Amino acid sequence: MFLSTVITMLAAARTVSLPGGAVSASAPALDWGGAMPFLLLTGTALGTLALDLVVGGRGRFWLTATGLGGLAITGLTLVRGFGAPEAVVGGMLVLDDFARFFHVVFLCIAALTILVAVEYVEQMGIPPGEFYAMILFAVLGMMVMASAADLIMVFLGLEALSIPLYILAGFLRRQVGSNESALKYLLLGAFASAFLLYGIALLYGAAGSTRLASVAAHLGDRGAWDNPLVYLGVGLLLVGLAFKVAAVPFHMWLPDVYEGAPTPITAFMIAGTKAAAFATLLRALGTALLPLPPEWTAPLWVLALLTMGLGNIAALTQQSIKRMLAYSSIGHAGYLLVAVVAGTSRGYSGILFYLVVYAFMNLGAFAVIIAVAAPGEERPALSSVAGLASRHPALAFCMAIFMFSLAGIPPTGGFVGKLYIFSAAMEANYVGLALIAVLCSVIAVFFYLRVVMVMYMEEPREGMPSPALSPGILFTLVLAMAVILQTGILPGTVWEVAVRAVERLLG
Amino acid sequence: MVPLWAYLFLSAFLFAVGVVGVATRRNALVIFMSIELMLNAVNLSFVAFARFLHSLDGQVFVFFVMTVAAAEVAVGLAIIIAIFRNAETVNVDEVHLLKG
Repeated sequence: MFLSTVITMLAAARTVSLPGGAVSASAPALDWGGAMPFLLLTGTALGTLALDLVVGGRGRFWLTATGLGGLAITGLTLVRGFGAPEAVVGGMLVLDDFARFFHVVFLCIAALTILVAVEYVEQMGIPPGEFYAMILFAVLGMMVMASAADLIMVFLGLEALSIPLYILAGFLRRQVGSNESALKYLLLGAFASAFLLYGIALLYGAAGSTRLASVAAHLGDRGAWDNPLVYLGVGLLLVGLAFKVAAVPFHMWLPDVYEGAPTPITAFMIAGTKAAAFATLLRALGTALLPLPPEWTAPLWVLALLTMGLGNIAALTQQSIKRMLAYSSIGHAGYLLVAVVAGTSRGYSGILFYLVVYAFMNLGAFAVIIAVAAPGEERPALSSVAGLASRHPALAFCMAIFMFSLAGIPPTGGFVGKLYIFSAAMEANYVGLALIAVLCSVIAVFFYLRVVMVMYMEEPREGMPSPALSPGILFTLVLAMAVILQTGILPGTVWEVAVRAVERLLG
Repeated sequence: MVPLWAYLFLSAFLFAVGVVGVATRRNALVIFMSIELMLNAVNLSFVAFARFLHSLDGQVFVFFVMTVAAAEVAVGLAIIIAIFRNAETVNVDEVHLLKG
């Protein structure tokens, strides 16, 4: 509802030109087919909130069912539409295969987060309706980001994603850790948004429009880069996005935020926000900024290098398992930036593939952490998985596979994803960067395998409760294992879809 | 007529004041106010560009930025109140439970 108002308002504004020009009042008709996924999800989120008002805390089952049902219906609409021609909604949002690919990934992440959180929400006494509705609103923001055809929508999508996440990070109101996480996320998130917004304003001033297509047409002229506004604009835009993907040196907020947030939300942020930020980055680069002038690939090269290096080295010394995975997620952002630097369609397809695998391996790992952690233990130490192999062998085996995949050891999807990305960098003649990336993955093996070692070699800690597997967690584990092994052994299916999605984007 | 560069210069100056405020102040509320200043500096740029480009886009954009900023303030103040209830301070240097 909000969205359609936004679109009609903007569409109306465009048909009016200031002094002199003819004023036409007819706004272009809204493409309902293209808007459908967004409207369905908005409806689900509002429906969950309304239902919460009626049934309150007693209707856990119905709230969960509504949320998951809405996600499933939206997902099915998107999957059925895959391969269909792109739909443009009021010139603001574009629903092409690239967008559909990301939308389905976001919806899966949200569904698994809700499934993992069902038990957790009950234990922590969190009101379920609000919690699920916030997750759904955040997903709506992610979808807008992946679909944005206009810089205005990039900003609005980003905020529609961030504001619910600030709330979700601080959902455990009585815990100082959660409060601190929310505060840091809010202050640094808003700070980064201001930079992004300033970049958009300057590009608007230089190109005369905020449409990505018009900006692209303007920047296609090499002479446009002589304008200092363009340089500053693109620079600030990239700084804002670098904050959001947590590229070093704009990463300092991430470990604190991810460690303090409720554990299911940490999983959601690690898997979802990274994918959304990269979707925006790829769309902006793919439609408006490619080919990047050589003086721009150099800073991105350095950014990729620092991000990989610092993320992986800092993860080595962490004692909290959530914090370790937070630092490792910085490292993974670095690998993805390597493919961005390569800038080829193979590299872009590699990013899409990697983001799918990455989402599932993290959701799986966090499902294990939630199952293992004692109730109320919000910042589990590495020792909380000690001796898991003797306490619950199946769970330990799952965790080991997730760690192998994160480390990039065959036959897991993580290995294949890295292979695609690094080979794309080699093909684009960034051999040095690819070698450094391989070196960083070797460092990463140490801290991932440390988790496996602690699980299999150490004695269990005294008085640890036996892991509780709720149906939601069990489902998540099975699905994550299936996806990781499938993409590891038969990567063809996902890879082909990723290639097709990128083909459309790069035209 | 006031030239475009004057608006842009003022906008850049206000933005810089905001950045310096975020970097140097330790009170969460003051940091938050500095961020609002940065957003409004950008709004000034938008309006100035809209006037000089003869396009309404920039003006419409400002409305969205104001709406988003209002939503952010609503959430932000709630978070700051929550943290004050638990930690009895809004000084960001005194809130440092999370460290690695």
